[in-house]
Amino acid sequence: MSHKNSLVLGIETSCDETSVAVVKNGTKVLSNVISSQMDVHRRFGGVVPEVASRRHVERITVIIEQALAEANVTKDRLDAIAVTQGPGLVGALLIGVASAKALAYALNLPLVPVHHIAGHIYANHLVTPLEFPLIALVVSGGHTELIYMESHLHFVRLGQTRDDAAGEAFDKVARFMGLPYPGGPQIDRLSAQGKVIYDLPRAWLEPESLDFSFSGLKSSVMQLMQKAERKGETIGQADLSASFQAAVLDVLVEKAFRAVKQKGVKQLLLAGGVSANSGLRVRLMKRAEEEGITLRIPPLELCTDNAAMIAAAGTYLYYEGKFADLTLNANPGLSLIE
Amino acid sequence: MGLKILAIDTSTLVLGVAVVEEGKVLGEVTNNLYKTHSERLMPTVAGLLKDLSIKLQEITAISVTSGPGSYTGIRIGVTTAKTLAWTHDIPLYAESSLTVLAMNGKRFPGLVVPLLDARRNRVYTGVYRSNASGVNEVLGQQVLEITDLLEQCNRWKEPILFLGDDVSKFRSVIEETLGEEAHFGSPAENLPRASELGEMSLQRIMRGEEPLSQQFTLNYLQVTEAEANWLKKQKQGTGNDVN
Ligand SMILES: [Zn+2]
Repeated sequence: MSHKNSLVLGIETSCDETSVAVVKNGTKVLSNVISSQMDVHRRFGGVVPEVASRRHVERITVIIEQALAEANVTKDRLDAIAVTQGPGLVGALLIGVASAKALAYALNLPLVPVHHIAGHIYANHLVTPLEFPLIALVVSGGHTELIYMESHLHFVRLGQTRDDAAGEAFDKVARFMGLPYPGGPQIDRLSAQGKVIYDLPRAWLEPESLDFSFSGLKSSVMQLMQKAERKGETIGQADLSASFQAAVLDVLVEKAFRAVKQKGVKQLLLAGGVSANSGLRVRLMKRAEEEGITLRIPPLELCTDNAAMIAAAGTYLYYEGKFADLTLNANPGLSLIE
Repeated sequence: MGLKILAIDTSTLVLGVAVVEEGKVLGEVTNNLYKTHSERLMPTVAGLLKDLSIKLQEITAISVTSGPGSYTGIRIGVTTAKTLAWTHDIPLYAESSLTVLAMNGKRFPGLVVPLLDARRNRVYTGVYRSNASGVNEVLGQQVLEITDLLEQCNRWKEPILFLGDDVSKFRSVIEETLGEEAHFGSPAENLPRASELGEMSLQRIMRGEEPLSQQFTLNYLQVTEAEANWLKKQKQGTGNDVN
């Protein structure tokens, strides 16, 4: 079966981005419309699920129309509809799933459910085709995972966070420091101006473990700030940011390369929203060069949630005939590993 | 060929899909099984159209309930209806879930009060009276404490028919307050009917009303808790002034 010129429409609504994309052959982005609700949620200091769901319903078909127009593709030329099935906010996921099912039915096209993290990994495929075997470090507001892939769509989880996701720790610490939402980029920005002067813990866990833990680090930052406040001392936001970020990155970088060594692979992928962190990008690039490993980092616009990555992963699922019927439901706790 | 309306209702626990044309209900599915609308809605639409040998492209207009009711339910119905409509450029119409329910009382010689549980002793409700072609609103749709609603009802001094499965939760307080003026729907009358929904939109089309835009607003009747708290803080002047 040859797959010349496959056109897959992807839909992603797992959190606060309404996104629709058209991808050709699983590699070429023809359009990737991302309607962010950041401004809506900023005043609440975080994503409010009910507000996000309300917004998705209002925008969804408008965004679909825009994605087709920008791709210069008519509905009748599509080959499949791919949609994020999970994980994510259930109310938000449901909008994408309901819309994808209606589209698949109305256009008589295969419906392809996609795992959100598979999407993040395949974001890299839109830049340079994936080369197997590889290790993917997936870091976002909801995930911190090390995934091993031997071939397309075969995911083996080597490690994951036992408590907070890395991005979650960034956001919580930022909120505690009184930084505006979203906090991750703020800490990254401040880190560049500060020095690592505070001694914060790194959770290495058991020797050889590829799991992560960030809740202890988060508590240490809070204790440090409370102690300083009691003593009437001031803590420089830049230095605190730099010290916190270094503690997170030390563990992420070390464990990623530990996984690379354990599996003897030559390629490391970075995926997920925290891929946008400039400190992480620089540290990984330096280490990859030292170790002679090929590092793939998606461009900023493909790091955050977007539908092009869902369409890319969806294309390979489409090639393998992994279709869902019209009873497809959103699954907020969907597992990547079968 | 006459107008064919595809009607979709998932505003409450009831899932309803119907196809109606002028003067005739071609087919209708109503279930009250509490099964997730997300799983059941699309297969039900596909199944009914298949049974009726009607292609989606042959549908003249799509009609959907846009609330009030279950937030998730409303969104599944509206998202599905919007997308189906958008895909084949089918005009889209929306009706209130309360008005659809009130239609079950259109032969009642008095007032008709459809009612949906809004939790914490509150209800989504409106007050209706029947007319030649259906019902019209006497009291606008709102979220009310059940006691406030019944106090208003008491002033009308005429028979009142309460409709909806949620009425049973409030039956004793309704009877206590209104005595003999209180009437209750039969089990069949307590279920909103998608065929009534389709009929209402059909009437709209015959009156020459324009369809809705794809970005029409849903009728939640309540702002989210986060928004309510934020607004309260703004009023008190304690909201953090980020922009
Ligand atoms: Zn994500």
